[in-house]
Amino acid sequence: MLRDITLGQYYPADSVIHKLDPRVKLFATLIYIISLFCFKGIAALLAATAFLFAVIKTSKVPFKFMVKGLKAIMVLMLITALFNLFLTPGEPIVQLWIFKITAEGAQNAVLMAIRLTYLILGTSIMTLTTTPNQLTDGLEKSLMPLSKIGIPVHAIAMMMSIALRFIPILIEETDKIMKAQMARGADFESGNLIHKVKNMVPLLVPLFVSAFRRADDLAMAMEARCYNGGEGRTKMKPLKYVALDHKAYAIIFAYFIVILLCRTFLPWPM
Amino acid sequence: MGIIKAKQLVHEYIRRDEEGNVESIQTALDHIDLDVQPGQFIAILGHNGSGKSTLAKHINALLAPTEGSLWVDGKDVTQEENILPVRKTAGMVFQNPDNQIIASVVEEDVGFGPENIGVPTDEIWQRVEESLKSVGMLQYRHHSPNKLSGGQKQRVAIAGVMAMEPKCIVLDEPTAMLDPNGRKEVLHAAHELNQKKGVTILLITHYMEEVVDADYVYVMDKGHVVMQGTPREIFSQVGTLKEHGLDVPQITLLADLLRQSGLDIPLGVLTREELVDAIMKIAG
Repeated sequence: MLRDITLGQYYPADSVIHKLDPRVKLFATLIYIISLFCFKGIAALLAATAFLFAVIKTSKVPFKFMVKGLKAIMVLMLITALFNLFLTPGEPIVQLWIFKITAEGAQNAVLMAIRLTYLILGTSIMTLTTTPNQLTDGLEKSLMPLSKIGIPVHAIAMMMSIALRFIPILIEETDKIMKAQMARGADFESGNLIHKVKNMVPLLVPLFVSAFRRADDLAMAMEARCYNGGEGRTKMKPLKYVALDHKAYAIIFAYFIVILLCRTFLPWPM
Repeated sequence: MGIIKAKQLVHEYIRRDEEGNVESIQTALDHIDLDVQPGQFIAILGHNGSGKSTLAKHINALLAPTEGSLWVDGKDVTQEENILPVRKTAGMVFQNPDNQIIASVVEEDVGFGPENIGVPTDEIWQRVEESLKSVGMLQYRHHSPNKLSGGQKQRVAIAGVMAMEPKCIVLDEPTAMLDPNGRKEVLHAAHELNQKKGVTILLITHYMEEVVDADYVYVMDKGHVVMQGTPREIFSQVGTLKEHGLDVPQITLLADLLRQSGLDIPLGVLTREELVDAIMKIAG
């Protein structure tokens, strides 16, 4: 049952988006999120929609894969929409007992739902088209300036990629310990919540012990292979911008300017 | 001077309580002398707790000697500035295949060592390809290590060490967690590297069968080197080996029992073929 958990749901395909440098994708996602929360007017909304669907189309990831991510935040979206719907002050159009719906409220609710949907779709394009390793590489390189003020960027990136490598191993180990404990009569299924949590102890203790032992072994293996931090290290797969990446940067900037222009000149009807 | 030379090497594990007072001292290595010539295939035998792993970790400068001295390729391991060069000269493969693979893709893991020692990108690719080829794992270069068998993972680990182009590789019980097939794969890879690339191999193990093809064998017990010699010399002393808690290969044992029961079979039979020859000779 634990094997079903998938992390970083990368969808392998041969598309332009897949080939982009992870830094471009990280930056573009950031710009897209900013644009979602500062657009105004129907023209900008159309621009954001067109941009999103154009990118989804070029990424060659099936649309139903994207929608999967939306299910998880359905509840959050519903709550946000309801709050906006009922709690925005203004001229009421419908009034039921103490609940009143205002025109502004209705508009805000719809907009918020659209924004959240686009936000999830936009970020899932990034995670679906970038392998976890590329993502950590991209983060390491983009955040490198922070190492000047004493933040251990390389160490953090190294920890992230090691964590990604060990997730499946630890899941397998959990499965094994669970079965071993069940064979000796441990019960992970029945009882109320508190009971269930208590029953987890014989699972977690050995898991932690073995995780620490693994960490110890791994540290020694890394040392034996001359690892001593980020200094003087070369890269087997260094990130390098190519023409494609420059074009992508140009497109995302053009998109952002369109959104800003719409905000200034066509703010109707919001 | 040999590639690895130990002189009166001592290592003590000192256990301290919370105040830092010495609780107990355990001598893992007790005045060890060792001299390994370049290009040899050396086996170090010993049962659990004989100090063989502690010795291995000294050769890679992961542990520092309490007393005595150790030179790897002429460099004194106790000198701080020699630690990285020593690790570059003597690579190490550990017991657990899962806990020594760092990256999520085979080729990236092999590239980890060269990355650490600052090899230029083009050369890393070249070395990765070459070392994966030398252990026969080139076709798995884009795979995830989680999908490989134990023997394959261990070969990837060996390739990872090879990519740093060491003069010597220490294999610390590399087959202890593998099935018989995986063991064969790993040993084959180690012998291949020894013969084709001239890498000095130090194989640490407690499986007798793995020692048969070595050039020279050291037997350790309680921190001492108790026996040394060629495999034939070692295995002709069945009784002494037993005293140190070790068994001999089944064929050698059978030959020994046959000799004791009066058959004229030479000492130190190592392989099935030798025994068959000896018996055929008696039968005429």
